[in-house]
Amino acid sequence: MIWQINLVLLSFAVIAALTAISVKDLLSAVVLLGAFSFFMCLLWTEMGAVDVAFTEAAVGAGVNTAFFIAAIYKTTRRTKD
Amino acid sequence: MIREHEDIVIQTVCRFFIPFMQAYGLYVLAHGHGSPGGGFQGGCILAASFILMTISYDLKEVKRRFSEKLNVLFCSLGVFIYAGTGLVCLLLGGNFLNYGKLSKILPTDPVMARYYGMAAIETGVQITVMAIMVSIFLNLVTAGKHEETVEEEDAGDNSK
Repeated sequence: MIWQINLVLLSFAVIAALTAISVKDLLSAVVLLGAFSFFMCLLWTEMGAVDVAFTEAAVGAGVNTAFFIAAIYKTTRRTKD
Repeated sequence: MIREHEDIVIQTVCRFFIPFMQAYGLYVLAHGHGSPGGGFQGGCILAASFILMTISYDLKEVKRRFSEKLNVLFCSLGVFIYAGTGLVCLLLGGNFLNYGKLSKILPTDPVMARYYGMAAIETGVQITVMAIMVSIFLNLVTAGKHEETVEEEDAGDNSK
């Protein structure tokens, strides 16, 4: 457990999360949310919680992104607010 | 996403890739005791293989291989396996999901009976998670009316 790697991964995760809630294009928000899930997966792997990281990789980055893209495909791509 | 795209590269790559994804899902289930993994993750990987099939082919291909009736059957079959294992333990005199009591009906000692009981409920979890994830994705991508959509497409094909 190296705290420098933790700090870098946490910064990337926070940047990805903040960008995901501030971007106007919803498809970009979904992709950024997938990137956030991937950085959280790397962070958990680095901290030794391999089972949680595997769940995050399978659900957060894999299935969740497909669900959100399917929802955007049926609604609008631009946010209204 | 519902209609068929004629792209030979994507379809060939996905046709090679999907069996490996499904085998990896079963590997994650089978090695879930000693290494990271288990029923939920394996079910998500199996569901992702069906989602990839929906994206690369079309909805009719997925429905031909994994029909709606089979999906509903799998949704309840996993819960039945999970609860049935627990109830068998209850009937054999233990608590709910006390797998050690399964050694009375399995030809093993209580330690291996716990192993097999865990494998049984993980199998149930995997079947239910796979069916529910595929069901959620199909309902999202077709706005919840894919039965009518498929029937309309079939009628359109017949009229041509």
